[in-house]
Amino acid sequence: MTRKSPEKIFIKGNEAIARGAIAAGCKCFFGYPITPQNDIPEYMSQALVEAGGEFVQAESEVASANMLLGAGACGIRAMTSSSSPGISLMQEAISYMAGSEIPAVIVNMNRGGPGLGDIGPSQGDYFQSTRGGGHGDYRTLVLAPASCQEAYDLIIKAFDLAFKYRNPVLILGDAILGNMKEAVSPWKPAPVDPAEAADWRLEGAKGRGPRLHKSLYLHEGELAGQNKRLQEKYLAMQAETDFELYRTEDADLVVCAYGSIARIAKSAVRKLRKEGLKVGLFRPVNLYPFPSGPLAELAGQGKRFLTIEHNLGQMVEDVRLSVRGLADSEQFSVYPGNLPLPDDFEEPIKKALAGK
Amino acid sequence: MQAQERLVFDRPKVLADIPTHYCPGCQHGVAHRLAAELIDEMKLAEKTICVTSIGCSVFLYNYLLVDSVEAPHGRAPATATGVKRSRPDKFVLTYQGDGDLASIGMAEIIHCANRGERVSVIFVNNTVYGMTGGQMAPTTLIGQKTTTCPAGRSREHEGMPIRMAELIAQLGGTAYSARAALNTVKNIRSAKKAMKKAFEVQTKGLGFGFVELLATCPTNWRLDPVKANERVAGEMIPYFPLGVFRDQTAPAKGPAEVEK
Repeated sequence: MTRKSPEKIFIKGNEAIARGAIAAGCKCFFGYPITPQNDIPEYMSQALVEAGGEFVQAESEVASANMLLGAGACGIRAMTSSSSPGISLMQEAISYMAGSEIPAVIVNMNRGGPGLGDIGPSQGDYFQSTRGGGHGDYRTLVLAPASCQEAYDLIIKAFDLAFKYRNPVLILGDAILGNMKEAVSPWKPAPVDPAEAADWRLEGAKGRGPRLHKSLYLHEGELAGQNKRLQEKYLAMQAETDFELYRTEDADLVVCAYGSIARIAKSAVRKLRKEGLKVGLFRPVNLYPFPSGPLAELAGQGKRFLTIEHNLGQMVEDVRLSVRGLADSEQFSVYPGNLPLPDDFEEPIKKALAGK
Repeated sequence: MQAQERLVFDRPKVLADIPTHYCPGCQHGVAHRLAAELIDEMKLAEKTICVTSIGCSVFLYNYLLVDSVEAPHGRAPATATGVKRSRPDKFVLTYQGDGDLASIGMAEIIHCANRGERVSVIFVNNTVYGMTGGQMAPTTLIGQKTTTCPAGRSREHEGMPIRMAELIAQLGGTAYSARAALNTVKNIRSAKKAMKKAFEVQTKGLGFGFVELLATCPTNWRLDPVKANERVAGEMIPYFPLGVFRDQTAPAKGPAEVEK
């Protein structure tokens, strides 16, 4: 069904996401300018329109997310992209979409915070992405690509997951991923089934009763029932785990990192392996649901853990929850605003390996 | 005699045959009925997607038997943009109150109109937040007492009430903008004509259609329904004049058309 194209193109992560979205059958893009993701709307404003889709530059991220809600309610594959401050503004609509069970794809090219922060890379939005982000009790699926090819692959997967679960799906990248260039094979997935969402999409009540997408439940027991249904859905989502293991088989210490930081950590692990140190890498591709099972398995083998993140320590909580009762995780932060080199990780890895 | 019986008045098919949750003397029901009559008369029921808003009219979807999506507070014009851009073949209707449209949703309504989205907006102005219990709205009149301006709204402290129909009429994408009232039979008939125009500019692909409807809120005005209706004529219409402020289906005339 999926076929890798033999052709390779040399593009930025942002463009890989835009191209992947069009290949996935995205028909509408709504967005608002913000660095470091502007290549995505700029690319879409031409290429998506040429592909027969609609591009709207919204008046704000508040509006673009609510446009997404409207298109999603019609069962149309639609997306938006932004960066951290803009994603904060979208949380209202993301909560409504989760509550109303409306599919959507949202790309966050994470930049430094809090507040206006900077325009460089950061993983400061891990909590916001994996804990729902807006008000109420809900979850969004979160996919974190670490390469331009993976950005292309995962945006295609994101659309499929959004419609499979009728839920918003986040792609969590950062300024590194968005702005670095790599070779990408732009493969084409199977075309979207025209009957996708046919049993719930809004299209006018012709030959049937009216349909309604809402998140308001006032009658006694109704909201509890809806939350129970949502909880069951989030439990079903737990099957969607995706991760990468690198040289963990005989490792004494497993470095846990995601996205761009995992790429940098991998370089450090590779170098330390050459020095004979028994270290490996665990990279979650899905941040929600977090691949806890595979991590617990590694913990059961007696391995120790070090979580490296481009924030003050967020994913480390999920790592610790995953290995609880079996192990713990050391934690190393790269402060948003700093750009790490593989060398920066060597000392913390060596220290964690030595159990110091 | 039976052969001569003729049905002259009936419930519109898309209006649900159930009691509403509205207070006695509230005119949301009248506005709902006019919308339902037009959807029937213009044969739009099977292609309508309604975007509902937050406020007393949040349950519009219980009364109007068409496909609906609930937008967050103030965001109906953005959600409607998403609906219309993804399904340009559908008839897209939004229905918002004054707090929703003219306060929290001001950016969304202005830009939706300015882009000339092919959607029709019904804006119910009753000068107060109804559902939350009578707080000051952006359309609350000078001197009007509410639970959050207990001394009465003043120009110095709260600013002047916003005239939306005139504001929307200034924007390039607006094909039709008018204000009507629901306080008399004559005004209700005019309101229906205005709503029909706001629907038609969409079905003809001309642009954004907007109708402001002045309506009562007896409960939060602390008036009985009769006195509330009198307030519409005595206090609201003098500040919110009835009329058509932009109509691209009509020959150019007056200052609203200068931009042409």
